Amino acid sequence: MPSETVTRVTGTAVPLLADDIDTDRIIPARFLRCVTFEGLGEHAFEDDRAQDPDHPFNQIQFAGAGVLVAGRNFGCGSSREHAPQALMRWGIGAIVAESYAEIFFGNCAALGIPAATLPRPDLDALAAAVHADPQLNVTVDLETSEIRHGENSVTLEIPESVRTALVSGSWDFLGQLLESQDRIRETSQELPYLSGFHTT
Amino acid sequence: MSDHRNLFNKIWDLHTVGELASGQTQLFVGQHLIHEVTSPQAFEMLRDRGLRVLYPERTLATVDHIIPTDDQARPFVDGLAEEMMTAVERNCAEFGITLLGLDDQRQGIVHVIGPELGVTQPGMTLVCGDSHTSTHGAFGAIALGIGTSQVAQVLATQTLAMNRPRVRQIEVTGSLARGVFAKDVVLAIIRHLGVQGGVGYAYEYAGAVFDSMSMEERMTVCNMSIEGGARCGYVNPDQRTVDYLRGRSAVPTGEEFERAAAWWLSLASDPGASFDDHVRLDGAAIEPTVTWGINPGQSVGVGETIPGPEEFPAEEQAGIAEALEFMGLESGQTIRGQVIDVAFIGSCTNSRLSDLREAAAVVRGRRVADGIRALVVPGSQQVREAAQAEGLDRIFSEAGFQWREAGCSMCLAMNPDKLEGRELCASSSNRNFKGRQGSPTGRTLLMSPAMVAAAAVEGQVADVRELAELDS
Repeated sequence: MPSETVTRVTGTAVPLLADDIDTDRIIPARFLRCVTFEGLGEHAFEDDRAQDPDHPFNQIQFAGAGVLVAGRNFGCGSSREHAPQALMRWGIGAIVAESYAEIFFGNCAALGIPAATLPRPDLDALAAAVHADPQLNVTVDLETSEIRHGENSVTLEIPESVRTALVSGSWDFLGQLLESQDRIRETSQELPYLSGFHTT
Repeated sequence: MSDHRNLFNKIWDLHTVGELASGQTQLFVGQHLIHEVTSPQAFEMLRDRGLRVLYPERTLATVDHIIPTDDQARPFVDGLAEEMMTAVERNCAEFGITLLGLDDQRQGIVHVIGPELGVTQPGMTLVCGDSHTSTHGAFGAIALGIGTSQVAQVLATQTLAMNRPRVRQIEVTGSLARGVFAKDVVLAIIRHLGVQGGVGYAYEYAGAVFDSMSMEERMTVCNMSIEGGARCGYVNPDQRTVDYLRGRSAVPTGEEFERAAAWWLSLASDPGASFDDHVRLDGAAIEPTVTWGINPGQSVGVGETIPGPEEFPAEEQAGIAEALEFMGLESGQTIRGQVIDVAFIGSCTNSRLSDLREAAAVVRGRRVADGIRALVVPGSQQVREAAQAEGLDRIFSEAGFQWREAGCSMCLAMNPDKLEGRELCASSSNRNFKGRQGSPTGRTLLMSPAMVAAAAVEGQVADVRELAELDS
């Protein structure tokens, strides 16, 4: 089943250039008491926002941002897909960070959210530009592998497998995985623990 | 390379179905575990697409995160928890999946019951929509936490799309000092390598310290691999692994068990196997360890003082200052002596029988200090039963601990067990993130169960080595 192609995301940005932001902070656990992902967007960073009036997600000039600028090890901790779901439903279409925790990165890929990396100096420059002009348009371009803002252009990094999946509209892996049912069965039949531990 | 492979690569190759167009590996999943929090949306995805569960017998469900640990009468007081409970019951019934619910004595935290039932075995790929799935690596399995979209993929295809991580061997040499536990070892590893140090890696834990650990201790270490950023962690199977599994309900018997054991032992990393990285730590140098900050890498030995921002690289100083401010701690203070409000013994990290024994050994004959709320939440109904059979519940109750039913409880406070306000909690759980234990301003100090017990009876962070008779 083909999914929508994700070639570029353009929008204003919200800078949250701190390290080790965990998924409990992105969406506190009490909001996981649900059976759908609906309505999570309004609770993104809820506790951080309540404790810090200056939190970027509180600031009116960053409302409506489509690109999140983050630091190192973004999305660490819990595997909750509710975290990227909350960001997506808040309006985030792409993330640019120094690095990501792996489960969070995989969850973004599964939702068609490009999660690109930039070296810290480029992130600092991007965040400064956004602070200077919150209406600045930022483009995350997966076809050219660059991030453009104003006159600036920097090269982004994203694993080639994910970039390919996004630009070709094949990031919804379920359909692809379903195609190989024969090989799935063959693989399972060779596993000792599924066949009485008769090994050769 | 093929002659000297590590366990990770042996298991990965065995479970490789093929390569996807993106270049990722399609990996067969031998065992899938699900719980009530991260599965309901996955079942909806299947319904939306008219898909069935491909191998319902390869998925096992239980309930743990939202379970009240005192009054478990249905419907739950929390209507949202009741809705999730009803959803997992309906989904498992509709899709033919075995559910170990509250009325089943095998119920408990998913990462406690998998090993306990023998469902977790060496050589498997095992996944669950929960980051602490890394726990199961203690058996020499590739055990991965996944998101909900991937839960749907595994339900429908019994496979995942993944890039192969690199493998780092972490060798801890020597032997642990008295009063130092598996929890201290993993906290020391994370302190040394950082919370992002493991990104891109699977961790192999090797060396004398892990060789001499029990299976439950190995589970504690592997459990927190994710807190070090690693995709998963494992210990090579050995005779202890085989002995632990023998006789458990999901494990084969007789001749088949002997064949299984031989295969399990053959999976251990070959002598001279290559690794992408290697780190060595001295086990004898590890102290009882306590976190002071807002991530599990921010810890000190109980005899040390809390560091200040200036002791860290420039780019980390703002984060350190933020952590100290949130925690209400100052550099130069000792972590020892910090007055606590709550003591929590539980979680998938440290709620097994040996954990409760270690804590009870400290508590025996003592009283929880005045004004401290202390609770013990066993990891499973079977752990609870076993602890009661040897009288641990009485030791805890007589000391003033609340003795609860099995569940995740105050590790993440999705049930009614929560911190209030800025309470400071000595906790045997795995995460000291801001707000993790249910109060947005609540504060967590991670430590071993024995150290939590010591803090509970002293009313402040204490050095368990000075309290407990640990010589036995």
